[in-house]
Amino acid sequence: MNAISETGTAGFLARYEAMRGRLPGDSTLRAAAADAFRTLGLPGASRGRRAEAWKYTTLQPLGGMSFSGADTSRPVVVPDAAARIVFAVGRYRADLSTPVPGFARFAGQPDFGELTWPDRDPMTALNTMLAEDGAILSVPKGVDLGFVLLVHTGVDGTSAHPRHMIRLGEGARLTLMEMSDGEGVYLHNPVTEIHVADGAVLTHVRTQAESVSAFHLATIYAAVAAGGTYDSFTLNIGGRITRTEIHALLDGPGAIAHLNGAQLLTGSQHADFTSVVRHAAPKGTSRQTIRNVLNGQSRGVFQGRIEVARGAQGTDGYQMNRALLLSPDAEIDTKPELEIFADDVKCSHGATVGELDAEQLFYLRSRGIPDREARSILVRAFLAEGLDPVTNDTARGLLEDAVARWWEGQAA
Amino acid sequence: MLDIHGLTASIGDKPILKGIDLSVPAGEIHAIMGPNGSGKSTLGYVLAGREDYTVTGGTVTFEGHDMLTMEPEARAAAGLFLAFQAPIELPGVNNANFIRTALNAIRRSRGESELDAVQFLKLARAELKRLAMPDDMLKRNVNVGFSGGEKKRNEVLQMALLRPRFAVLDETDSGLDIDALKIVADGVNALRGPEFSALVITHHQRLLDHLVPNRVHVLAGGRIVRSGGPELAKELEKNGYGAMLAEAA
Repeated sequence: MNAISETGTAGFLARYEAMRGRLPGDSTLRAAAADAFRTLGLPGASRGRRAEAWKYTTLQPLGGMSFSGADTSRPVVVPDAAARIVFAVGRYRADLSTPVPGFARFAGQPDFGELTWPDRDPMTALNTMLAEDGAILSVPKGVDLGFVLLVHTGVDGTSAHPRHMIRLGEGARLTLMEMSDGEGVYLHNPVTEIHVADGAVLTHVRTQAESVSAFHLATIYAAVAAGGTYDSFTLNIGGRITRTEIHALLDGPGAIAHLNGAQLLTGSQHADFTSVVRHAAPKGTSRQTIRNVLNGQSRGVFQGRIEVARGAQGTDGYQMNRALLLSPDAEIDTKPELEIFADDVKCSHGATVGELDAEQLFYLRSRGIPDREARSILVRAFLAEGLDPVTNDTARGLLEDAVARWWEGQAA
Repeated sequence: MLDIHGLTASIGDKPILKGIDLSVPAGEIHAIMGPNGSGKSTLGYVLAGREDYTVTGGTVTFEGHDMLTMEPEARAAAGLFLAFQAPIELPGVNNANFIRTALNAIRRSRGESELDAVQFLKLARAELKRLAMPDDMLKRNVNVGFSGGEKKRNEVLQMALLRPRFAVLDETDSGLDIDALKIVADGVNALRGPEFSALVITHHQRLLDHLVPNRVHVLAGGRIVRSGGPELAKELEKNGYGAMLAEAA
């Protein structure tokens, strides 16, 4: 294989040209995605206007970089879990994984699904063009698969575009914990499609703890059928520039989507949490609470859009973005949007931005707790409350470990 | 133990305390009574070091130290405790951890060893039992979802565990039923001794039946207008502030 010298959009297209004959799955779809990516480019990195969906986030630094797809993985340390699926640089690592019922590799059974937007979303186009592998996980009707860990590790100088597909049959249950990390400068650009059938419950807990020089651009498309629940929580803690983009389609009556998250940033980190919830059926419920703790010159973004289709009566939608700014140079941007075409609807959104509460701080200090320690207690409390939506003990424990490590890093 | 001379304080441009003179000797309990808006709570906050009040004049010495230059945590370490009129809720902060952190901070500042979780729980459970409070008070987040009475009891629990040398109780009795009132009084009485003093801010004679003060002071318009023995509280209960204030003016 020739070394790729082009950077940015051209670099990715050159890689596609070099690999196209060997990529699994529908080649017509990939060619269309490549055309779309050529036109769309990396948001902020190409000339022309940035799309509104990328208002606060530019991938300009990616424009000057080139990545290979070579797996030069170092030894990977993965948390001990009975059921785990491990990827390194976008490829399945059988040596680190355990057998998981209902699991198949995208490399062997490519499934591009039907929910994604390779024509409109540049990162989905890029993923569709270059995806080599991914997790295809199917939970049959009525089965409770328990807890499954999905790990991805990035390696310096590489880009990975894993393509995941999660399907839950009627009444099925799964707690899927995704963890991503890595070392050096790399791009992790996963696209995940999720189908939750009638009455099924998917708990999807994600910790993004990429290297602080890395780029993480994750796009999730979830469809929830009648009475089903998609309960997701994302912890963004790593990465230089990261974006979590979730599209949730409430497709059947009484469907529920929780898109919660917490972003803990420092230095010059930038994390963008963007969600689009589409209520397409009556009596759906969507809940989103995002908490940001921002230190240094970091920047947090929350863009939340709730769309209520005609006929989606009895919709109940709520979103809240809360930010704690620990430094005068930190920044939070919030853009809530409601687009409502039904009349019997309860939708609300809110945002709070603040420093620590002066009364709470005084209360702690009046009990003899030194100022610095008192501040630390209040920040930890804000974080702990942020994790409250996660009730699975294993997932919660892993999240708490990640938060504790982050906070120790701040104190050092 | 505590000596206040000519203390004036304001919030923003508004003067609240207009020259307080008050001495509380070691081993004594003094009550402060007075109508709403007279500056009673401000006095408590100023003593504890709350930053939104500006001290514009006067001195406060605590066991010979100039207290006004000390940070709130240093005042607590020196042995001052303010029981808040409206205790603050701390969502996400476990009550046991909160009190243990405070106790250990104070012990550290005194050069004493810190208590681990087991040692602390043993101590805390004993106090809970003595104060007839339920164990689950320690497991909950600080004051979150507590009733008014529970919040006040939690202040008393903190006081009992932190063992201050000087306690300021800001209307800790208001809104309490008679049983809860007795718990508050028992909490203070348990600390009573030659090395403990307290300033009890209250509206009612009721608490003073259980917690008999050495002196009673009447605060009005930012000044102490009258001081006397325990009988002064009874006189106020009978005649109200009106007659006394008219007399003082």
